Amino acid sequence: MENSSPCPTDAPAIQVRGASKHYGAVRAVDGVDLEIGRGEVFGLIGHNGAGKSTLFKMLLGLVHPTAGDIRIHGAQVRGSGFRAVRRTIGYLPENVVLYDNLTGMETLRYFARLKGAPVGDCAGVLERVGLADAARRPVREYSKGMRQRLGFAQALLGAPQVLFLDEPTTGLDPEAIRGFYATLRALREQGVTMILSSHILAELQERVDRLAILSAGRVQAVGSVQALRERMALPLRLELATSRSGAAAVRAAIGTLPVSSQRWQGARFFGHFPREARMAVLAALAGLGSDLQDFRIHEPSLEDVFFGFAD
Amino acid sequence: MELRQILFIALKELRDRLRNRWVLAVSLVFTVFALVIAYFGGAQQGMVGLRSIEPTITSLVSLVIYLIPLIALILGFDAIVGERERGSLDLLLALPVTRLELLLGKYFGLAAALTLSMLLGFGLVAGLLVWQTGSASLEPLAGFVSSSVLLGLAFLSLAVMLSVLASDRTRASGLAIALWFLFVLVFDLLLLGLLVGLGGDTGGAWLPYLLLLNPADVFRILNVFSLEEVRNLYGLTSIVPPALAKPWLMALVMLGWIAAPLAIAQWRFRP
Repeated sequence: MENSSPCPTDAPAIQVRGASKHYGAVRAVDGVDLEIGRGEVFGLIGHNGAGKSTLFKMLLGLVHPTAGDIRIHGAQVRGSGFRAVRRTIGYLPENVVLYDNLTGMETLRYFARLKGAPVGDCAGVLERVGLADAARRPVREYSKGMRQRLGFAQALLGAPQVLFLDEPTTGLDPEAIRGFYATLRALREQGVTMILSSHILAELQERVDRLAILSAGRVQAVGSVQALRERMALPLRLELATSRSGAAAVRAAIGTLPVSSQRWQGARFFGHFPREARMAVLAALAGLGSDLQDFRIHEPSLEDVFFGFAD
Repeated sequence: MELRQILFIALKELRDRLRNRWVLAVSLVFTVFALVIAYFGGAQQGMVGLRSIEPTITSLVSLVIYLIPLIALILGFDAIVGERERGSLDLLLALPVTRLELLLGKYFGLAAALTLSMLLGFGLVAGLLVWQTGSASLEPLAGFVSSSVLLGLAFLSLAVMLSVLASDRTRASGLAIALWFLFVLVFDLLLLGLLVGLGGDTGGAWLPYLLLLNPADVFRILNVFSLEEVRNLYGLTSIVPPALAKPWLMALVMLGWIAAPLAIAQWRFRP
């Protein structure tokens, strides 16, 4: 197989064509096609056993595909041609356990040397993930969140152009999660391509440009959160509260609308309506005037989309 | 293959063993062991006290043959499988580090720790003996120490191979113990059984060559020809054919025992 030189300027960050990994009869990953542009923030979502981790490892060249072709910046993820590309990749594995006997600084220096990154940058990277004060403490004294941050720090060594982050916020407290995403925003502005996987879907949907939903080793859907919602044609959820005297008028108005799964709870109403009835619903609600005390229309969550596709 | 990657990994392994006092502890084991043998080794002949280097080495040969393989196997059995179990193996291999570089880096780092422990441990006692007994025949000492190092490196290579083949640390440790039993305790018994079973008629010519299948026996042969007293003790000269009576040849066989398991490890260490 030909192994093109790394980093042709026009090649996408990641290109996956027909990638499969079969372990005997088990199809961990089955005919996956993906293209991720440079500077894109891409989410990978799936149940446990959906093939997410295997695909992640295939993208990094840690697991060789049974069939198919995977390229990062145009270079195949195997063989000696890929070594130069590896220097431009940062990887944070899920549940990473680093060396207990080393200090945070020693850990980073070790990885910096192996990556060919300037060892002098380690202090700055530790500072960036908020571990500057713990730099000289052995990792065995670190909390789970601190270990996760140290793992993130090593991924940032050498100013990577592509970051693979497998469940990156596991073990982080809310403040650290905010800090983590602030760092990601800064990296995004520098044009770094990022591939994130997470179980916390609500966390991802605000932060990725596009995502792929993986189930049974196959990509069930790819697109922006909005595009996936529309493709699923999930109904919007209506929630409203009537004023004391307006209940009857509201009930009458709702009777004219295509609202399903209706439920009343005192003066509060809950129901679903199809996306295309959106304007009709708004017009009807506007006509109710002071009979209505409050109303909300909810978009389906990514969870709804996810479970819609994955099932 | 980039040598600097191997060097960085090897240096970390060595520094880990220095820092957690593994090197110190094993050096002490060798020192105490050699001292006890030097002091009490002559007890059977009714003598107690420091003996000179040569008889001490004679006694040491028959004892380090148990100890060195065990220490080397314990040192190396989790080299790769330990990283795998911790989850750091993927991290290392996602770096610009090839599997061969990782394997060799681990091996050379651990080999340096083991060699250093032996040199320190035996060197200390040798220095003491030379100072106390005034004997200065350093040649047998050099032969003994270098063959001990080769023995250690061969078993370390086997251990690293196990650490690639085993799916978890528990299995790797079990395999390491099994390997120790096989080479150190069982192999010679089997060979003896074979010899007796064949009635000594047919096997005479080729049987001694089977000794080469066991690095512990290669170590024994290596030392047989360096010391008169060992020769007398084992009577091995009578069974080892002259073709094998070349230290350089035995050293080559030992190097083969270092290279072959590493080659198998590299072959099986696939994505």
